[in-house]
Amino acid sequence: MEVFLFYLLALISVASVVAMILTRHQAYNALLLAVAFTSLGGLFALLKAPFIATVQIIIYAGAIMVLFIFVIMMIDLRQPFPPLRRKWVLALGAFLLAIIFLELILVIRTLPGTNSSAAPDFGHPTPLGRLLFSRYLYAFEITSILIVVAIVGSLYLARRKEKK
Amino acid sequence: MSEYFWLIPLFPAASTLILVIFGRWLPKKYVSFQAPLAVLLSFIFGLAAFLKISRPGLEHEVTSLSQTLFPWIHSGNFQIDFTLRFDPLTAVMVLVVTGVGFIIHVYSIGYMAEDRSYTRYFALLNLFTFAMLLLVMAGNMVLMFVGWEGVGLCSYLLIGFWFEKPAAASAGKKAFIVNRIGDAAFLLGLFFLIFNLKTASFPEINQALLEGKISPTLATLIALLFFVGATGKSAQIPLYVWLPDAMEGPTPVSALIHAATMVTAGVYMVSRLNLLYSYSGVAADVVAVIGALTAFYAGTIALTQFDIKRVLAYSTISQIGYMFLGCGVGAYAAGMFHLYTHAFFKSLLFLAAGSVMHALSGELDMRRMGGLKKYLPITYPTFIIGAITIAGVPFFSGFFSKDAILTHCYAQGKYFLWLLGLCGAIITAFYMFRLIFLTFHGEERFSAEVRHHLHESPPVMTIPLIVLAFFSIVAGYIGLPVVFGHGLNLFDQFLEPVLRGAAETHLSLSTEWLLIIISSLIALAGIGLAYLFYQKSPHLPHLLASKFPGLYRLLFNKYYVDELYEAAFVNPLVKGSEAVYYKFDLPVIDGAVNGSARTMNFLGRILSLIQTGLIRDYALIFILGVAIILGLIVF
Amino acid sequence: MSPLAFFVLSLVLFSLGTLAFLVKRDLITQFMAIEIMLNAANLAMIAASRLMVSLDGQIVVFFVITVAAAEAAVGLAIILLIYRQKKNIRTEEINLLKG
Repeated sequence: MEVFLFYLLALISVASVVAMILTRHQAYNALLLAVAFTSLGGLFALLKAPFIATVQIIIYAGAIMVLFIFVIMMIDLRQPFPPLRRKWVLALGAFLLAIIFLELILVIRTLPGTNSSAAPDFGHPTPLGRLLFSRYLYAFEITSILIVVAIVGSLYLARRKEKK
Repeated sequence: MSEYFWLIPLFPAASTLILVIFGRWLPKKYVSFQAPLAVLLSFIFGLAAFLKISRPGLEHEVTSLSQTLFPWIHSGNFQIDFTLRFDPLTAVMVLVVTGVGFIIHVYSIGYMAEDRSYTRYFALLNLFTFAMLLLVMAGNMVLMFVGWEGVGLCSYLLIGFWFEKPAAASAGKKAFIVNRIGDAAFLLGLFFLIFNLKTASFPEINQALLEGKISPTLATLIALLFFVGATGKSAQIPLYVWLPDAMEGPTPVSALIHAATMVTAGVYMVSRLNLLYSYSGVAADVVAVIGALTAFYAGTIALTQFDIKRVLAYSTISQIGYMFLGCGVGAYAAGMFHLYTHAFFKSLLFLAAGSVMHALSGELDMRRMGGLKKYLPITYPTFIIGAITIAGVPFFSGFFSKDAILTHCYAQGKYFLWLLGLCGAIITAFYMFRLIFLTFHGEERFSAEVRHHLHESPPVMTIPLIVLAFFSIVAGYIGLPVVFGHGLNLFDQFLEPVLRGAAETHLSLSTEWLLIIISSLIALAGIGLAYLFYQKSPHLPHLLASKFPGLYRLLFNKYYVDELYEAAFVNPLVKGSEAVYYKFDLPVIDGAVNGSARTMNFLGRILSLIQTGLIRDYALIFILGVAIILGLIVF
Repeated sequence: MSPLAFFVLSLVLFSLGTLAFLVKRDLITQFMAIEIMLNAANLAMIAASRLMVSLDGQIVVFFVITVAAAEAAVGLAIILLIYRQKKNIRTEEINLLKG
């Protein structure tokens, strides 16, 4: 059962990303991205991280993609592109990516092949919360400041300038 | 006080430092006070040290003082310390340098009163005094060389004191460069010395010589190399050419540096190394021959010159030749004695000449002088005293010292040199009194303008003249020759512990008297001839010159030596340097520097191609970096 | 369920994301590719957390998601500004840092 779910979700996520590469239409891209995020959320749940999975779906698929859609709607993206120059950059990039892929595969092969058993409330909010407010309290508080900064910043940057 | 003898060089050094740093804000009156005072303090301390070492027969007799101020060069087994010594030889030099130096400092207050670089002058004069004292008080050859170079530097700075005058600037350059050639030889000798003896300190050198650790060939080599350096510093053949040009400097400078002190440094050096020179007979002979030749040669040039300072310059070269002659025949004490008396009468002559020039508003050509004796009531008699002394008239100091040298010459059997010395003596007397007659007697040949400003010099200038004249007369009495009684030559006795390389002389009393009479007659003959040529029959010089035009031209143009050097050495060097500059320096060295700059420029421009400003390219580089780093980690 | 599979998936997603970044020529889509890369990393992190039986991995992902959200907000604001300035968002035309 688990295996089947894994392969299903994996397929969905990879397929949506590939489709994203192939599509030119930004709105479709955004939708496909949302699908990818959701499937990833499912994968998180498979990995005994229910809380994070929820957070992923709410924030990523929910908030961030909505932001993207808003911006896409504000921008006129219909102009055509001039022809692509210096195609060799792409080839080189692909080549290097292949190398990185191979290197990391080698790393992955060294990892243990089975999961050990975990506590029944592994990944549930309570233990996470406990950890968050003890060991990672400092990071937690700073992150909240970060969010405030981001809010103020983006509001200020994107404000409508007064007409003289 | 004598244990602080090592302060002697430091008083003028401190004075220089103060004048250099604060000179701009110091009033002239203060500078006039401080600079001579520093030299006076050195003199007093020198006197104290002299008294300490000159009491014979005392319970604890001290013949020399020594003080190491600080260790200086330590390299493996080789060690040179900053050691100052005060022994009889040093005492003579110190007292001469500081005594005459003090008098000249005072004179300069008057002579340089209107000069706009007054403070710089005294700073340099003090610096020179410091270097000279360092030279004579050094306990080893290396430290002496420091002083040697120092006086060379000060000579350059002071000759070119009025550097805006091109003649003065180039005279300073000439002095320094010619000196440098001598110094190169000096250094070479120093290297041979140190390499073979592993030491440069005087006691150890003498020790090594006495123990026979040096072969005569090596000793000759070293002694000759040092002597070449001395010919540069002391203006002998062949490196004398800078001294006549050096007269471009202020007259007190000529008096101090180029008459009394710096130029005698070579004589001091040879005397200091007397064991070395006596051990190598060849070197001593070379010294004597060069000395005698120079004495005669320079005198012949002085016969024809009209510039009053040039005459005195060639006279100096000639007299120093006598000093070297004395040293070369083993009579180091006689050479030093002449150095000592010469300091007085030569500086007197220079300062008096300066007084004449001052009176005539800067005129120095004797053809435009004459009849000055009634206008300069103090300068004239002092000048006469100086002239009589240098001519070697008996009972004046010059007579005792010159006679001592010539007597020793004869006693050592060097008759040819003795004859040369005698010829030089008659020439000396002749040209000195030629100078007197042309300047002070006869018709007045100066313009009415000059006549209007004619005046005797102020006391600050004439009192030094009187003092020097006094010493010119009496200074010789401490070195009375044997004819007047044994044991009266206090000078010789004082220097005896230091001059162990001196040669013994034994002449019969009658021979000694004979020699004295000959010297005196020669001197008087010279004066008489001058009287004949320039007072009684003034047409004679012109007649002689027209009868022997070639000879006259040769002498008047100083044997064309300057032109010879110019063609043989200077021009090839200049042309060679130019060739090197254009063929090598510009293309290769400048090319390398410019080339490296251009390469960097080129590389930079190539590298900047990476920065396209496009995000895609930067991402590519990112990925490249990640690939590399991962590769490093994984493998 | 083998944890290795998750890692491989994460790797694949990451590579695809980078490829997308290189291929696309408008800012918005490239930004989306960056988000994919971040998520791939998050997946790897969660898988590792499960493997090591340690909740720290999940905490890290928590923070990454938060910061990514903030970053997305600001980034999109900047993209808006660029659009207002140049009336298009073609990446190739933004090369003011050239040289």
